[in-house]
Order: sequence, then structure tokens, then C-alpha cells
Amino acid sequence: MTARRAEAELSDGLSPRPLERICTRDSRPLGPLLGPWTVAVLLPGGPCSGPEAGLQWEGREEASMGVQAAGPLNPWPWLLLLVALWSSEATSALNKPTGPPAQQAPGAGLASGPALGERITVFELDYDYVQVPYEVTLWILLASLAKIGFHLHHRLPGLMPESCLLIIVGALVGAIIFGTDHKSPPVMDSNIYFLYLLPPIVLEGGYFMPTRPFFENIGSILWWAGLGALVNALGIGLSLYLICQIKAFGLSDVNLLQNLLFGSLISAVDPVAVLAVFEEARVNEPLYMMIFGEALLNDGISVVLYNILIAFTKMHKFESIEPVDVLAGCARFIIVGVGGVFFGIIFGFVSAFITRFTQNISAIEPLIVFMFSYLSYLSAETLYLSGILAITACAVTMKKYVEENVSQTSYTTIKYFMKMLSSVSETLIFIFMGVSTVGKNHEWNWAFVGFTLAFCLLWRAISVFALFYISNRFRTFPFSAKDQCIIFYSGVRGAGSFSLAFLLPLSLFPRKNMFVTATLVVIYFTVFIQGITIGPLVRYLDVKKTNKKESINEELHIRLMDHLKAGIEDVCGQWSHYQVRDKFKKFDHKYLRKILIRENLPRSSIVSLYKKLEMKQALEMAETGALSASAFSRPHQAQPSQGTKRLSPQDVASMRDLLTRNMYQVRQRTPSYNKYNLQPRTTEKQAKEILIRRQNTLRESMRKGHSLLWGTPAGAKNIRYLSFPYSRPHPAPGDEEAAALEDADSSDSELSFAMFHAYSPARSLQERQRTQQITTVKSLNRGGKPSSSGYQISPSQEEHVGRSRKALRPKPLFHTVDEERESGEESGEEASTPGAGQWAEHGREPSRPLLRRK
Amino acid sequence: MGSGGSRAAQVPDAERIRRETGFSQATLLRLYHRFRALDSNKKGYLSRMDLQQIGALAVNPLGDRIIDSFFPDGSLRVEFPDFARVLAHFRPVDDEDTGTRDPMQPEPLNSRMNKLRFAFQLYDLDGDGKISRHEMLQVLRLMVGVQVTEEQLESITDRTVQEADEDGDGAVSFLEFTKSLEKMNIEQKMSIRILK
Repeated sequence: MTARRAEAELSDGLSPRPLERICTRDSRPLGPLLGPWTVAVLLPGGPCSGPEAGLQWEGREEASMGVQAAGPLNPWPWLLLLVALWSSEATSALNKPTGPPAQQAPGAGLASGPALGERITVFELDYDYVQVPYEVTLWILLASLAKIGFHLHHRLPGLMPESCLLIIVGALVGAIIFGTDHKSPPVMDSNIYFLYLLPPIVLEGGYFMPTRPFFENIGSILWWAGLGALVNALGIGLSLYLICQIKAFGLSDVNLLQNLLFGSLISAVDPVAVLAVFEEARVNEPLYMMIFGEALLNDGISVVLYNILIAFTKMHKFESIEPVDVLAGCARFIIVGVGGVFFGIIFGFVSAFITRFTQNISAIEPLIVFMFSYLSYLSAETLYLSGILAITACAVTMKKYVEENVSQTSYTTIKYFMKMLSSVSETLIFIFMGVSTVGKNHEWNWAFVGFTLAFCLLWRAISVFALFYISNRFRTFPFSAKDQCIIFYSGVRGAGSFSLAFLLPLSLFPRKNMFVTATLVVIYFTVFIQGITIGPLVRYLDVKKTNKKESINEELHIRLMDHLKAGIEDVCGQWSHYQVRDKFKKFDHKYLRKILIRENLPRSSIVSLYKKLEMKQALEMAETGALSASAFSRPHQAQPSQGTKRLSPQDVASMRDLLTRNMYQVRQRTPSYNKYNLQPRTTEKQAKEILIRRQNTLRESMRKGHSLLWGTPAGAKNIRYLSFPYSRPHPAPGDEEAAALEDADSSDSELSFAMFHAYSPARSLQERQRTQQITTVKSLNRGGKPSSSGYQISPSQEEHVGRSRKALRPKPLFHTVDEERESGEESGEEASTPGAGQWAEHGREPSRPLLRRK
Repeated sequence: MGSGGSRAAQVPDAERIRRETGFSQATLLRLYHRFRALDSNKKGYLSRMDLQQIGALAVNPLGDRIIDSFFPDGSLRVEFPDFARVLAHFRPVDDEDTGTRDPMQPEPLNSRMNKLRFAFQLYDLDGDGKISRHEMLQVLRLMVGVQVTEEQLESITDRTVQEADEDGDGAVSFLEFTKSLEKMNIEQKMSIRILK
């Protein structure tokens, strides 16, 4: 038997025929039964359902809504959810005793039209026509409502992963369906899963992958994700096979192939829930990337393995498997994987190339991205290659170029749409998993379930410690035992395993029910027990998280050090895979970018582009005063200044809170990733704030430039120095021209500041600064009154001006000057820099007199 | 991963810098590559401009001060030995360092004290060995978002200085600074893994 034959078999394995039979058998009576039930679920979601009044449960619904609205806000989401479930129960209970005719009551009266004759009827109801999309919509809505409820509660998301809740909701719904003798809905069959539910999930993972850290760790990731999945699959399969040989367990009819297949599906881990925990605990980046890479690649590898094993199983029905088939299977495994990746890359480049020309029709940009990703999946599947790996590779490839090509709005749309699709898919799978938990189609075998669970943990431990023991030898920075423990513990199974188990063809697997039951147990165990406890575990293992900050000083200094560290890291740059990356970058710059990126864009990195845009925006905002208006709202002003008086512990605590909340977060190299939601763009906001501040410093310097550096070439250069406008006038040793310029400047400055001579030098610089602003404003308003009138304006106006100026200018003009000049002197005394001494003489000489003059 | 030890000879004066900073051969080489990559027009030294062009540093609230610390005393250029020396503050403390160190030698750059001093000089702009109330306020302004009002900032500053100030001179000296960070694991906080 050759690989060709295996291919043919494989295609059969994917075709849903046997499954369709299973599912369609169930789906027939669903229409009328599910109708009233699902409508009831829908109702509580919108209080706006008023216009559709007239349905029998409407009254009760409204009443209960009223009660909730009056109550406190907190339990609201849960009541909402409960009501949704309860009302569905109530309606089905209402309907049930009256029997089938009553169930169709709303429709019967209306739909009876056609029966009367050939006349045109006024009202008609054709549920069959809309049944499938209708039910799918309702399912998705139910899932969304569950999510809303989950996130309205503040503490719950921190307590358990979202998948827990989805499963619980699913189980509740399943219990209702089971309790009312309904059949479970036909959400899943092989076609739907592989063609519609799986691609969005994988696409999202690939698209949101942090590219750089991923490729920095690619060796370890491939080693771990690829080999780890194989070791787990084979290990679990083989050891379960040994267990099956024991007569006492009654498992002797489960053969080796079936065990291997089960091993492959149960080894598909889905650690996205873990990633959320990691993010919160700020684990180190390589560890984060290991888990991310596993989440990304694991599905693909498991599915490939699964399909090949299914093909083998089918073949085994007719003839025995020879060694050459096994070899062919191995070769096929590699070809399927590599071919898929190749396909993905090609499609990624094509779609990037096409977005190059969409500047005039930006509305279809998202469409191109999605269609090409999907097309890569479908094309790969057509050729029996791994569509999952193809779509992942496609997303990774095109992301970089597409992001630069498409408009900002399209970019946002793509991001949100991708999140939405994947979130819907996964939610549906989880809910469906919950639904199918409750039911009669289970086969509980203590031995099989128990040993499966044990082997899952055992083999995960073996693979983690063995594989990392090897890969650590090649890593510059090995994974510590602590890291490995966390990786071991993050082996959470998820939607993937369940889907694969559920899709096992019954004809080939007489004990499918037992497999499904065991899979469910493993998933429940990992999702609930490991998923909930991994947060505390990471926090417990992570020593630095445990010490509690005690004083404001510590809070401030630690944050400063974090920023300092991040800054120094940026200075050092990234250097793993240095040469490979350099080569790729060169190639990228030389060819790829020229072909794939629009021409009118600057050929700089996206960071600088973003920076430029932000700068522009910052300038505009500062111009219009939008920032000061929004940032300094009235409530803040009402707070009295606390002055220097002794503060109560509560005040100190509140100050610390204030600091903790408002100090800038340290920039993270790994962008936040959350499977279910897009992170609020705090980092971007923060970056904008910082840039605005710098912009203000720049504006200060430019304004100062009018009085001090007017017309000097240095003035033009200042703009590029951002917040270092005064580094230029520092005359470099022996730079006489600059010194001369400075002389000219100083006379200029004395002229323009002459009006301030009346004030005592002791007056704070900031105040003078403010006065100058006011003067400017006043002189504009009143047509050049004496400068001293700046202090005679109405207090409210002064306060307003002062306040807004302060807001815009956290670093006042003169302070800036001081700082820049003095920082030069100060760091010279840094004991650790012996070489600095020689600069001190030069640096101090020219700067001092100017300072005094001010 | 991805080491390129074959070109170690390129780093000028490598032995002396290594002795001073304690960097490993590979790290020094990588730093040198980085140094040359940052040096935009192959001048052989770095200007402020070169460092300001690091994108991520532009959105670091302390970006300016970090860059400043590479340019002691208003100098306009930093050459490789000084560059490496500044970065050496962030080398992780390894165990053998503490045990076998010759007491006659000066403290290594990555000692706890030197790490703290490096952080301290980010606050202490006028170099008088004290963080005045004013200097503290400036740092806070840099690090706190716009949601906090000036009044709140001022009172926080007062409180911060008060808390650390033991001798009552209204400023935080280096000694007081170290005291306030007594319990912190500075060795870990101020070390960068890649700078072995």
C-alpha cells in the first residue's frame, strides 16, 4: 500500500458521511421543539423586546426585569443569565403538558393559511425556511449573552478561565434539553467543524502571534510543540494499549490503532486560558512564547496525526498494515505539514501584494485578508495538506505587510472581526461540549477514564522534562525547573480534543462513547482544576510577585527601575538569532518590501510611522487644548490640596493606589494576547501621552527658540532632537561658532525677558513661566497692555490659563533648560564612570554663565 | 543561540573592557554589533540622535534620562568602552563574583550599590547627592499619567520625600534612598538576563 492509497483513504476519513447520518437523525424533530425554547432565551437579552409583546411569557419576563433593575447593580448579570435559563425552562414546562399541538400553537394559527385553499394569506409562518440560520443565530446569541454575564461580574474572570463558564452554561442548557427530552442541537458535524469552526480559531492565533519573540525562540518552540505532541500522542496511546490488554478491565476489543488515535486527540492541548494567567503574572517572555507556540502549533500537529491515523484505521479494516505503510504515513506527516506551511506562505504574500493596491477602496481590505486566509486553508485541504498550518502560516506572513498597507480603520476591523469569529467558534464548541456532557450517550469505564487521566499527566511530565532537558543544552538561557513545572501544569485540554473525539466515526470506533467520556473527563479535570489553580501556582512560584509593596518610595523606585530596565533593554536590542534575522531583514528590505508595500509609504518601521502620526495628532491636540479639557475635569479640582501636613495611613494608601494605577506601565515586548477579547489599548494611549509630553517639551523649546535661538541653524535642528533642544547650544569644546551664537542669543533673551526683572529671582521659575503665558494671552486679547497686567486679570481666568498650561506642560520651559544643562554636569559625577571626568571641565564652563543670567 | 564567536577579534580593546565590565566574550561581541548597528553613519561613536532613534525608547517615560546617562556631563558622543561600562550596571550578579572577589579590587559595576547609584542618578539631576523635593516631583511628573492632578502630584511628592527623609533636611540622600529600598531585590530588579 502506498502513500497514494493513504491519501485516498484520508479523504474518505474527512468526508462526513457516517457522521452526517448520526447528526441528521437527531435533527429532524428539532425545528418545532427548539423554536419556543430558544426564543425564550433571546428575550431577556434585550429589554427592548417590548414591541414584540403578545407572546405568552412576555408578562412574566417584564416583571422580573423590573425587579432586577430596581436591585443593586452587581447581581444583575447573573440574574440576567439565570432568568434566561429559567424562563427557557418555564416555557418548555408550560408547553410540555399541552403536548405537541400546543407547542406549535403560535405557528399553527398563522400557518394554517395554505390549508384553507389557494388564496393569498395575510400571515404566514414558515419556520422550516429559516430553521438552520435561525437556530445558529440563537446559539451564538446565547453564547454571547453568557460571555457578557461573565464579564459584567468583576471578580469572576480573575477567578476562573472563561472556558469554565462556557462549559457550565453548556452543561446547564444540556441539562434542560435532557430534562425536557429534547434532542441535542446539530451544532457539529465533521464538515461544519473543519470547514467553519476551526479555521477562524487557527487564523486568529496566527494573526495575533507576536512575530519577533516567536521567531527568536522558534527552535525551542518547534522542538517542544512538534515533538511534544508526538511524544504525548504515542506515549498515551501505547500505554493505554497496554492497559487494554488486561482482561479484567473489559477493554480487550480496543486495538492499538484506536488507542493511538485516542492518544493523538487527547494530546491536543489548548493552553490559551493559561496565557491570560501568564500575562497577569508577567512571566518571562520565552516561557510565554513556549506556551503560545504550543497553543498555535499543537492543533495542527494533532489534526494531521489524527487524520493519518484515521486513514490507517480504515485501511486496517480491509487488510493488514505493513511496515511500508507506516513509513509512508511518516513521510506523509512531514509532507502534509511542510506543504501546508508552504501554501500558507504563498497565499500570505499574494494577499499582501493585493492590499498594495487597495488605497482607493479600503472598505474591502478586510475582506481580502479574510478571503485569502480562508482560501489558503481550503486550497491546502483540497490537496490533502494541512489547512491549519497553511492558514497559520498565511496569517503570520501577511500580517506584517498588510498592517502597513491597509488603512487604520481596516486594520481595526480586521482585528476585531478576527477576534469575533474565533471567539464565536470556540464559544460554540465549548457550549456544545457542555450540552453533550449531559446525556445518555456515555460509556463509563473506570479503568479507561482513570488511566487516561493518569497517563495524560504522566506523559506530559515526561515530555516536558525530557524535551527541555535536551533543548536547554542548546539554549543560551535555559528554562529553569520552575518554568518547566509551569509548562507541565499548563497542559489544559480544550475544544480541539473534544471536537476530534466527538467526530470519531462510529462505524470504525464501536466504543466511541467511551472515548468521548474519557475526553470529557480529561477536559473537565484540566479546565476546571488546573485552569483555576494555575494562577495561584504561578504567583506562588514567582517569587518577585509575592513581596508586597509597602511604601510610596518603593512603589515609585521600583517602577522607575522597571522603566529603566526596559529602556536599557531597548538600547541593547534583541540579539538571539542575530545573523539569520539580519539576513532576512536585508532580504526583506531589498526585495519583499519593495514588492509588497505601497510606494507612497515611508520605508521605515511601523513604529516610526506610528510615531509620526502620533506626533501630528499630539500637536493638534495640544493646539486645541483637547488634552487639558479632558484630563483635568472638575471633580479633580474639587479635591483640596493636602499640603505638607501629616497624612493618615488611609491617605498614604490612597496615594499608593493612585500611583499604582496611574504610573505608566512598563512597555512589554510581547503584546498582550487574550483569546477572547482584544485588550483595551492602554499601551497605545500611554505612548500617546508620553509623546504628547515630549511634544510639549519640543514646543516649549520652539517657542523659546523665538526668543533665544531665532534664526540659528541650531534652531532647525532642535526639532529632530525632540526633548533635547538644548544639547546643541552646548558648545562642543572648541566650537567657537556656537559660542558666538550663544552670545547673540543671550542678548536677545535679555531683551525679551526684560519685563520680568521686577520679580525677585527667588520666585519659582514655574511661576514666571506661567506669567509669561498669561502675558502672551493677555497681550493678544487686550492689544498689548503693560506686561504687569498679567497678574491683574480675574482669578478665574488666571486659574484657567495656568491650569491648562500646566496640563499641557508638565515640564515647564525653564525647568527643561535647567534639567538638560544640569544633567550633563550631574552625570559626570557618577562614580562608576571614571572616563567622564575629563568632560566635566568642558561641560561646566560654558553652561554656567547662561544659567546665572536666567 | 546564534552566537558568532568567530569574529571576536573585531572588538577593539576587548580584554580590558571585559576585565572592567565582566561581560562574557559573546556578550561583548553582541554588544559591539549592537553598538555598530546603532551607529547610523559609521562614525565610530554614538550621538544622542542615534539613541533617540530607538523606537521603543521614544515611548519610555524616562527615555531622555536613560539616554542622558550614556552621555555624562554634556558630552556629545559615547564610545564603545563607555557604552559597555554603562550597560555593565545591568549585568546579572553571578554567584562566583561575590565569593572570590579580590578585596583590593574596586567593587564590580554590577554590585548592588552601583546598581542603586545608577538609579539614584536618574533622580538626582543636579548631582548634589540628594533628591530634592523638586527633583522628585519632576520624576513623578514623567512617570504618572495625565489623570493625576498637579495638586495630587505635589502631595504625593511631599509624602514620598517625607517618608524617606530621615534627617529632616527635606531631601532624600543616597543613604536614605538605599534604606527605602532595603527589602527590595535590587540585584534582580536591575539585571537584564541577556547581559551575562
